[in-house]
Amino acid sequence: MTIGTDALQGDEFAEEILTPWQRIGRSLLQDRFAMWGAVVLVFFFALAIVGWWGTSGDDPYFSPSTIRLPDRLKPPMAKPNLEDVAPGKLPPLGIYPFGTDELGRDVFARMLEGSKFAMAVGFVAVGISMILGVFLGGIAGFHGNKHIGPASLLGAILFPVAGGFLFSEISWWILFPLEGALLFIGVVLGMWVESLPAFGFLKQHPIVNVDTIFIVLVDVQLSFPTFFLILTAIAVLPPSIWNIMVVIGITGWVGPARFVRAEILSLRERPFIEAARAIGAKDMRLIIIHLVPNSLAAVLVSVTIGVPLAILSEAGLSFLGFGVPPPDASWGNILSDGRKFLFDAPWLMFIPGFAILIVVLAFNLFGEGLRDALNPRTRPE
Amino acid sequence: MTAYIIRTAFFKIITLVIISIISFLIIHLAPGQPSQIDPLNPRFRKEDIARYRAAFDLDKPLWKQYYLFYKKLGSGELKSFKDNQPVLGKIWRRFMNSLPLFVVGTILTWCLSFPMGIPAALNRGGIYDRTTTFLSYFFISFPGFVLAYLLILGVAGMFEVPVLGMRTFGQETAPTLYWLNDRVWHLVLPSLLGAIGGIAFLSRYVRVQMIEVIDSDFVRTAHSKGLDENTVYYVHALRNAALPFVTMFGLLIPALIGGSVIIENIFAWPGMGRMAFEAILARDYPIVISLNFFAAILVLIGTFISDILLVIVDPRIRL
Repeated sequence: MTIGTDALQGDEFAEEILTPWQRIGRSLLQDRFAMWGAVVLVFFFALAIVGWWGTSGDDPYFSPSTIRLPDRLKPPMAKPNLEDVAPGKLPPLGIYPFGTDELGRDVFARMLEGSKFAMAVGFVAVGISMILGVFLGGIAGFHGNKHIGPASLLGAILFPVAGGFLFSEISWWILFPLEGALLFIGVVLGMWVESLPAFGFLKQHPIVNVDTIFIVLVDVQLSFPTFFLILTAIAVLPPSIWNIMVVIGITGWVGPARFVRAEILSLRERPFIEAARAIGAKDMRLIIIHLVPNSLAAVLVSVTIGVPLAILSEAGLSFLGFGVPPPDASWGNILSDGRKFLFDAPWLMFIPGFAILIVVLAFNLFGEGLRDALNPRTRPE
Repeated sequence: MTAYIIRTAFFKIITLVIISIISFLIIHLAPGQPSQIDPLNPRFRKEDIARYRAAFDLDKPLWKQYYLFYKKLGSGELKSFKDNQPVLGKIWRRFMNSLPLFVVGTILTWCLSFPMGIPAALNRGGIYDRTTTFLSYFFISFPGFVLAYLLILGVAGMFEVPVLGMRTFGQETAPTLYWLNDRVWHLVLPSLLGAIGGIAFLSRYVRVQMIEVIDSDFVRTAHSKGLDENTVYYVHALRNAALPFVTMFGLLIPALIGGSVIIENIFAWPGMGRMAFEAILARDYPIVISLNFFAAILVLIGTFISDILLVIVDPRIRL
C-alpha cells in the first residue's frame, strides 16, 4: 500500500485523489457566483445574529418598536430631532441609517429584527420540510418496491380516519402527530395480521407498492397551489410566527422527499451497499451508516432551494397582512406597511425589498453552485 | 393505451378524493369549530354563527359534513356567506376573468424560456450562459410584489397608460381598436409578472435538459456523420430534450394560480386569486374550500393531459 502511494506521489501525471467533499469544495471555489452567494450569506447570518442579540429582551440595544412621533418618515442617514425626542429614545447610532417609518420607528432596528425572523422562518420551516421529506423520501427510496397487503392498507386508512372522528375537537398541533402515530400503528397492526398463518392468503394479494403511495402523496401536494394553501391555513390559524413556520414547512416536503428518494434509489444499487449487505448489515445499519451520510449532499441542495422559498413565502404572507403579527417586524411586514408611503418614503419599501432580493439571490446562487458541483454533467468546463 | 389512460384516471380520482378531504379539513384546523373562529370579534353576530352552523351542518358528525358539503357544491346549492350567491357561478365568473392572465402567462412562459435556455446550453460557461443564469436567479429571487410596484411606476410613468384593473371604466362603448388597446395594456403587466418566475425556472430546466442530451452518444454520431450544427441541435437534440417538458406543462399551473393571489391584488384584477384573498378576509369558507378544490382540479386536468401526451409524443415509452 505504502509503495503504491509513494509511486503515485512521485508520478507528476497522476491525478490527485480527492474525497467527494473535497471535490465539491474545489468546484464551489471556482464558481464565482456561488462564492459571492456564500459571502453574502455569511454576512446575512452575522447580521441575523446581531439582530437576535440587539433587538431581543425587554430593553434592546436597537429598539425596533420605540415610537418617536417628531421623527416620522425621516429619510435614510437623517439625524434625529434632538430637541423633541426624549434622550432615552434616541437611536443608538446617533443617526437613522435606513430612515424611520410613519411612527418614527428606526427602520434599521426593524430590519435587524426582520433579519432574525427571516433566518428563523427560513431554517425552522426548512427543518420541518427536511424531517418530513427525508423520512417519506427515504421510505419511498428504500422500501419503494415492497408491496402493501390489503390489511396494512386498510389499517393505514382506518386508523387515522377513526382518529379524525374521535379527536376532531383537539387542536391541530396535537392532532397531527397523533394522526401520524395512528397511521404507523395501523400499518404495523395490518402487517402483523398479514404475518399470521391464518391470514396468509392476504399476502397473496398485494394491492399497491410503497412507491405508488408516495407518488399519489406527491401528486396531492403538487396539485394544490401552494401559496393558496398556505394562505388559507394561516388565515384560519391564530396569528403566530410558529404557525407560519410550521405551515410553510409542512407544505414544502415534496422537493427534499424527491431528492432523497432519487438519491437513495441510485445508492441502493451501488457495490458498497451490496458489499455491506453481503457481510450481513441490517437495514437499520445500512440506512444510518451508509445511506444517510451519502445522501447528505442531496439534502443540502434542497435546503438551499427551500430556505429562499420560505423567506419569499413569509414575505408574501406579510404583504397580504397574514405574516409575522405586529408589533414584531419582518422584512415583508416593513415592506407591506411602507407601500402606503411609496411616493413620500420610498425607502420603506425598497430597503426591505432589496434585502429580500439579495438574501434570496445569494441562497439561490450558492445552491446553483452546489448543484453544479454535485452534478458533473452541468458543471462548466 | 386504454389501460394506461384508465389507470392514470384512476390515480387522478384517488388524488382528487384526498384533495377534497384536505381542502375540507383545512378550516377545521382552527381552534374550536369554524363557527366559533373568533367569538370576541364584534362583527360576528349571533345570526352569523347560526348561519355558519347551518351552512356547514356543524351539528352533524364530521364525515356527514364532508359528504353534505360536496353534495351541495356539486348540485350548485352551496351559497357564499358574504352575499348568498351560488358558489359555482361566482367562481366561474372570476375564473373567466383570470383565464386571460393564465393563458397569456403560459404562452409567454413557453415562448420565452426555450429561446433563452437553448443558447445557454450550447455555449456552456460562456458569457451568455452566465448572464442568463444570473438573470434567471435574479428574477426568481425578486419578490413579486416589489417588482410589480417597480413595473407599475415604470410603465405608467413612461408610456402613460392605465395599468390597474382589467379595463378602463367607460371604454366598453369605445371603438374596437381603442377597446382592444386598453385591454392589452391592462393585461401586459400582470401576465408578465405571473410568467416571470416560470420563465426563469423553465429556461434553467431547458438548459439542463439540453446539456444532458448534447453530451449523449447519438448527438456525437450526428455530428460525426457531417450534419450541420443547426440540424443536430434543433432537430436531433431539441426533440429529445423537449420530451420532459410535456410533463412540466401541468406542473406549472399551480404556481400560476398561487401567484395570482398577490398579483391580482396589486393590479386590482377581479380574478380567482383576488377572490380567494377577499374570501379569506371575509371568512367566506364555502368559497375558500371550493377555490382550493377547483384549483386542484385544474391542476389535475393539466397533469392528466400531460401524462397522456407524454406517452403519445414519446414512442420509446411502451405500455
